[in-house]
Amino acid sequence: MIAPGSVAIVGAAESTRIGVVPDMSQIMLHADAALNALADTGLKLSDIDGLACVGPMMPQQIAHYLGITPRWVDGTGVGGCSFMLHVRHAAAAIHAGYCNTVLITHGESGRSRINGTPRPAEPQSLGGQFESPFGPAGPPSLFPIPVLRYMKTYGITHEQLAMVAVVQREWSSKNPRAAQRDLVSVEDVLNSRMIAYPFRLLQCCLVTDGGGALILTSADRAKDFPQKPAYILGTGESVETTMVSQMADFTSSRAFRVAGSEAFRMAGIKHADVDHLMIYDAFAHLPLFGLEDLGFVGRGEAGHFIEERNTAPGGKLPMNTNGGGLSYTHTGMYGMFALQESVRQVRGTAPAQVPDVEISVAHGVGGMFSSSGTVVLGRDRP
Amino acid sequence: MTLQAGRARPEPTPETQHFWDGTRAGELRLQRCDACAKTYFPPRPFCPACGSRKVSVFRASGRGRLFSYIIHHRAVPGFTPPYAIAVVELAEGPRMMTNIVDCPQTPEALQLDMPLEVAFTPMDEQITLALFRPAPGNKAQGAKA
Ligand SMILES: [Zn+2]
Repeated sequence: MIAPGSVAIVGAAESTRIGVVPDMSQIMLHADAALNALADTGLKLSDIDGLACVGPMMPQQIAHYLGITPRWVDGTGVGGCSFMLHVRHAAAAIHAGYCNTVLITHGESGRSRINGTPRPAEPQSLGGQFESPFGPAGPPSLFPIPVLRYMKTYGITHEQLAMVAVVQREWSSKNPRAAQRDLVSVEDVLNSRMIAYPFRLLQCCLVTDGGGALILTSADRAKDFPQKPAYILGTGESVETTMVSQMADFTSSRAFRVAGSEAFRMAGIKHADVDHLMIYDAFAHLPLFGLEDLGFVGRGEAGHFIEERNTAPGGKLPMNTNGGGLSYTHTGMYGMFALQESVRQVRGTAPAQVPDVEISVAHGVGGMFSSSGTVVLGRDRP
Repeated sequence: MTLQAGRARPEPTPETQHFWDGTRAGELRLQRCDACAKTYFPPRPFCPACGSRKVSVFRASGRGRLFSYIIHHRAVPGFTPPYAIAVVELAEGPRMMTNIVDCPQTPEALQLDMPLEVAFTPMDEQITLALFRPAPGNKAQGAKA
């Protein structure tokens, strides 16, 4: 097993602009973020010998566009948490000697839809046969399907699910790059437009344009770079099912549990060691599932935990401190932005900086509850 | 009842044809493993619990309970919002996505765990969907197998 802290993130940057970027295509959002991340490290494009980006045929497109000749590539595409898996795979590849310096890129024109990736119907797939005929239209109609069962099982209230959005707006109000920065109340959330009962507009993620990139190399080289390294202490990944109706448990994600416990075990950390947490929040229930499935709280306790302001500014477990997918940005695959915020918090450069972050956890989800990846970052090499 | 035009139409594959033949014939067909007795869905010619290829198709009761749902408020071809996208837990154990018919599409009317029964609803000559409706009375209260 790779020792905790053997590989580090030495470069991290988002696209120059995020939110509404109608003058940039998807591939250019990748490149813009990649060039910013290179500038963050002082490296040249020719120094990059490993490349990861999401989905079929994408590593070829990005390598050629950027003028990179990789000797290691990863096109893992399991939805919005793919970047957490890229970090895990890249750390293993660097450790194995397959490459020295890996660039991970994301770009998505989620709002402006310039050079966007089409999602054709698949009427012969199992989802196409056994879910599509019943009227789903993308994640807002599918991701919240388990919520009512979860609420009934644990007595979670609509107000508790509204608090997720309230608290994250408190964080985003401190962040000049956040798309939505005005404070909201529980009442505001519960009076916003109904999208898919039980969820209303303010409990659903934004749809934005943007990109992000990370550069990883071995920890032995990490001190040579201008920025403070974020050491990779542990990682985990798993998948369950692309059909939300077929999740084994509507109150818990198996993929979350597997990825989270693997990352914690590999890092050799306990929950009390975590100073800062990112849980991919495409919809308001995800932080609740994440807090419980990662083991920060017991089953059914996350709603109360958030309601009691434990994850809010000044709370004991600051979570989603950029404002999250609900208030910061959500291009479609938000995992890259959760990782960017974890790196900023470990470096000490976040707009809403938490004091003295030694360990940050970034936990991602993809394709409804179909996949998951967890990354534990540390300020210091163990 | 008849369906509004425009819904996404499923296309059966060799491994799922028996299910769609069943709904067209007015039967809800599930599969059960001959080796470990696991009942499962969606269809496949082997058991996802133990890997055995010895599996049997059988006619399910068509009864179940409302397990979870959302009420969609946005326009989708073939639907008039607001409409519920639901998951039924069948008496035999597996869960499947469906729509609830003969019932107001409101949180008040759609109570979790309410007993449901299958309502076969033709889409065209080949495809019949397994929708569900509230079961008469409460006799299916113990739908959880
Ligand atoms: Zn079996």
